[in-house]
Amino acid sequence: MSVGLHHLIIVPILLPLLAGAVMLLLEERRRRIKAGLNLLVTLAQVGVAALLLRQVHGGNPEIGVYLLGNWPAPFGIVLVLDRLSALLLLLASVLALASLLFALARWHRAGPHFHPLFQFLLVGINGAFLTGDLFNLFVFFEVMLAASYGLVLHGSGTTRVKAGLHYIAVNLASSLLFLIGVALIYGVTGTLNMADLANRLTQVAPEDLGLLRAGFAILGVAFLVKAGMWPLCFWLPTTYAAASAPAAALFSIMSKVGVYAILRLGLLLFGDGSDAAGFGSSWLLYGGLLTIGFGAIAVLASQDLSRLPGYNVLISSGTLLAALGVADLAITAGALFYLLSSTLAISAFFLLIELAERGRRPGADILAVTMEAFGEPEEEPLDSEEEVGIAIPATMAILGLSFLLCALLLAGLPPLSGFIGKFVLLDAVLRTHGTANATAWVLLAVIILSGLAVVIAMTRAGIRTFWGPLERSVPRVRLIEITPIGLLLLLCVALTVQAGPVMRYLQDTAAALHSPQGYIEGVLSAPRAGQGGET
Amino acid sequence: MELIVALGIGVLVASGVWLILRPRTYQVIIGLSLLSYAVNLLIFGMGRLRENAAPVVEAGAVIDASQYTDPLPQALVLTAIVISFATTALFLVVLLASRGLTGTDHVDGREPGS
Repeated sequence: MSVGLHHLIIVPILLPLLAGAVMLLLEERRRRIKAGLNLLVTLAQVGVAALLLRQVHGGNPEIGVYLLGNWPAPFGIVLVLDRLSALLLLLASVLALASLLFALARWHRAGPHFHPLFQFLLVGINGAFLTGDLFNLFVFFEVMLAASYGLVLHGSGTTRVKAGLHYIAVNLASSLLFLIGVALIYGVTGTLNMADLANRLTQVAPEDLGLLRAGFAILGVAFLVKAGMWPLCFWLPTTYAAASAPAAALFSIMSKVGVYAILRLGLLLFGDGSDAAGFGSSWLLYGGLLTIGFGAIAVLASQDLSRLPGYNVLISSGTLLAALGVADLAITAGALFYLLSSTLAISAFFLLIELAERGRRPGADILAVTMEAFGEPEEEPLDSEEEVGIAIPATMAILGLSFLLCALLLAGLPPLSGFIGKFVLLDAVLRTHGTANATAWVLLAVIILSGLAVVIAMTRAGIRTFWGPLERSVPRVRLIEITPIGLLLLLCVALTVQAGPVMRYLQDTAAALHSPQGYIEGVLSAPRAGQGGET
Repeated sequence: MELIVALGIGVLVASGVWLILRPRTYQVIIGLSLLSYAVNLLIFGMGRLRENAAPVVEAGAVIDASQYTDPLPQALVLTAIVISFATTALFLVVLLASRGLTGTDHVDGREPGS
């Protein structure tokens, strides 16, 4: 990695941080400037993430290490860029772009400080993907959560405040668990650097192992609260349903941050070669299966369209956790593909639901009230070319088509990428465990049945929303609101068409994750700036 | 000293857990504060408890590491205190908003049975 590009690693953290700080200084009435700045910075992040992905994909070395303050690795805090973090950075920035475009139509006027909070949330998400230090991971989690506390309340209203109260209390408690876990791990091993930690695990005295494992288990619980594993997930659907659509669309990556932390630490510390290989993996597997089951039943039982995507988040998290619980190279690659496809689809679904529900949603009154309180008094003039088909069939047809695509993606039906993800996953499960393994068949059955539940629920919701008699006004949808949904769904189609190259990248990612020696040595032998490569 | 610190952490955690399971928002926030004090003490204790030992090494002196206490947990505690203070303050704002919007201080936003 060349010198200039080397510093690119820290840009996904610095850029949104600076942009957010600048936007805080601008007063609330300068919303157009803020919106422009936000759009510019988000676009820049997509570009930076794509550049970073290209670096690690073709590059040699395959990981980039950034020493903060130029301290050598186990002593200072490091940022580490590898295939997995580059991929997730790109995913997060694309989701951010889509949610922002959607919010620019009207939601960003529903309350104060939307733009700075949005960028601070990105600081936390990007930082969590990049950091190579446990305590630093905690700090970025907190940055992310603090911004999300603000975003969940965006637009105000009783529902949001009630959901936000539960959300904040649960996450404050889980942050404390995170700290307890980190403290125990530090107390036993004396290090917080993830790579150094992986090295030192072998040297821990046998009498300290119990304490160390308790530390990892408590840390794992904190991550599982974020990821939404049953029975730690009851806050999730309510909060995501209450949050405004663009915020919820971005939140769908937040549960994946929990999954990411488990994937990263689990394979780094308890990978195939280590002493404690497979620590906690059966918990992940059975917890994941229960989560899928809970999500599937909840999807079927859900009367409320706005809660559907939240339950789909649970199914997606559960599938990922169960797949990680099996901990096999081919399965991890399939799970990563499923992660990409399901996160994009769920985000699109969150945005779509808001449009479809707009005509009859009681929350629309609340929105109108807060718009009056915070928004500009005069409504922005609607340019005629910004309107997408005022005629009834066009709007409803486009929304219906998008809904159909979302349903196919979430249920994992052919021909879209949801099917490919699940197919690769199930194929790998059967191939590695053979056809005589009960666990493999249970996993297979649960994943397929959850797909069936999603099909039933989505069909029912789709018929009620798009085929029922129109007793409500057709939602007014502007082009800028349908574009991000189209963008996300188009990306899923692209994933389907380009499944081969993407899968190869993901297999390389999984291979690197399953043999973490490259990561460990890369971090610990990272040269300091100004010393060339001799250290 | 270990016993006193351990008992202190234990009492704080027990009170904190009991309080966050109570139905009133004020009890929840006090419970979370108590829990965060306990966690801060735990982090501090993980650097081993030492009396009369400085965490900062003097420049130029010959260093005997056994004469010093571990500075890292102290730095971690500082960060943890700042973060939990800020998030608790944020929670307080939401708590007040909830009280204002729903007219009750019950965590579910309505009195049981009503």
